[in-house]
Amino acid sequence: MTARPAATGRAGWWFVAPALALLAVFFVLPVLAGLALSVTDFDLYAVADPGATRLVGLRNYARLFADPAFRTAVRNTLYFAAVGGPLTVAASLGAALLVNARLVRWKAFWRTVFFTPFVTTLVAVAIVWRYLYHPRYGLVNYALGAVGVPPVDWLGDPRWAMPAIILLAVWKNFGYNMLIFVAGLQAIPAELYEAAALDGAAPWQRFRHVTLPGLAPTTLFVVVVTMIGYFQLFAEPFAMTQGGPLESTTSVVLLLYAEGFRFWRMGNAAAIAFVLFALVVTLALLQRVVQRSARQRSAA
Amino acid sequence: MLLGAALLAGGAAAVFPMVWMVAASFMRTGEASTYPPHLLPRAPTLEHYRALFTRLDVGRYALNSLLVAALVTGLSLFVNAAAGYAFAKLRFRGRDRLFRLLGTALVVPTQVAMLPLFLLLKALHLVNTYAGVVVPAVASIFCIFLVRQYALSIPDDLLDAARVDGASEWRVFRSVVLPALRPALATMSIWTFLATWNDFLWPLIVLTDDRRSTLPVALAGLLGEHAQDAELMMAGSVLTVLPVLAVFLALQRYYLEGVTAGSVK
Repeated sequence: MTARPAATGRAGWWFVAPALALLAVFFVLPVLAGLALSVTDFDLYAVADPGATRLVGLRNYARLFADPAFRTAVRNTLYFAAVGGPLTVAASLGAALLVNARLVRWKAFWRTVFFTPFVTTLVAVAIVWRYLYHPRYGLVNYALGAVGVPPVDWLGDPRWAMPAIILLAVWKNFGYNMLIFVAGLQAIPAELYEAAALDGAAPWQRFRHVTLPGLAPTTLFVVVVTMIGYFQLFAEPFAMTQGGPLESTTSVVLLLYAEGFRFWRMGNAAAIAFVLFALVVTLALLQRVVQRSARQRSAA
Repeated sequence: MLLGAALLAGGAAAVFPMVWMVAASFMRTGEASTYPPHLLPRAPTLEHYRALFTRLDVGRYALNSLLVAALVTGLSLFVNAAAGYAFAKLRFRGRDRLFRLLGTALVVPTQVAMLPLFLLLKALHLVNTYAGVVVPAVASIFCIFLVRQYALSIPDDLLDAARVDGASEWRVFRSVVLPALRPALATMSIWTFLATWNDFLWPLIVLTDDRRSTLPVALAGLLGEHAQDAELMMAGSVLTVLPVLAVFLALQRYYLEGVTAGSVK
């Protein structure tokens, strides 16, 4: 007891040192270097001879915001997150209510079934979906045809390519959020439901006045985490559409990848990375603010 | 019953793409591109799997993936367990501030570090090496949080008893802490293994030589040349997805623990 602070003081540092050293060298340092990179004209020539790099100030950022391709990528990414995020959350909540329903048997089995898409390799299932979306032979159009809907060129039509990718993303990710919702549902005290039932609340009223408010913090968390993940859209369009048709599925990260690793315009690409960073931080801060004000309201 | 119907419909939608993937992988060339579509192969064939393993050498890519995922998992187990335990149980100067800092770093998208990291690896001559994929992935803030959360529940008396018996801190960690952390370590290993196996963007960037590609990257490459050959691509997808599904189904109890642990902050 007496010797502990001093004795474990040194030891603690030894235990965290490997992880911290790795994080410092391979994460913190690159992030800071990225910030520096974003104000330079680092390009293919600089990869060979870093000395040739020049400072350009905020010119990369200025050029980005004037660049139609970048604005399209931001718009596409926001579209994907703003539509795909809520859809994913709605599907997850629906699935959570289903597998958590009192009357359902084999709960664990259904949870596993719904969760399975989440563990699959994205590139592989994106390739599968490419064929499901085939305009002539795809099963999606076949199923739609059975109910009288004319075939859609899902991945070849600029209007439909992003919705097609959103559908894949919802399918892939809802199971993960479902589990978080299930945990949230189980944390709502049973007495609240009993009290509501005693007051004569119908199932729908119990859902509105007990379940939904009880899930509010969970929902906020799920929405923000999902949106942050969706801002990083990359492998789906990479494997399904290469960003096309007509740039309709080019995301911020896809553009970042092309600028950085295909054209080696690293300065430009680093600026894109920090715009992405700003988007993510804005969302995370928004969550903090909402959560804090909600907590204050419930405390008052 | 309505509930049962909804479950069945949802479940079918969840597994259908995978079922079709497996079915199409056994179809003869061209059979997946017929109208009306076949759900089951007329005359099941292994020709695409044979082509993948002989002509297209996917066995090599699978081994690459296995090697990378196993190395990351093994190393991260140790590094993150030590750090997570220290943040939970050992007192050292600056601990709490450091831990808060790590929490803040969680919001930084990994893509922000990607470009300079590539240049750094290039300077270290690690581009196009397995080390270039493995080493940056070893330390994980998420895993440190997971272990810390679990390590908080180890009783201090247990650790002190070992110390009184004259065990060094290292010894305490190895003989008392690691066994006590076993469930958390299992969760973390499966989590890390699957995430590394499924990772796409970083291996795509670092492993520039095709022969070192991981399976997902190789699959995306195959798509470039064999996009018309739906059945072959399905067989390739099966080989990429099946191992993770098997690991997940066998060890899902541990895997799912990580999901909820990750959400409770």
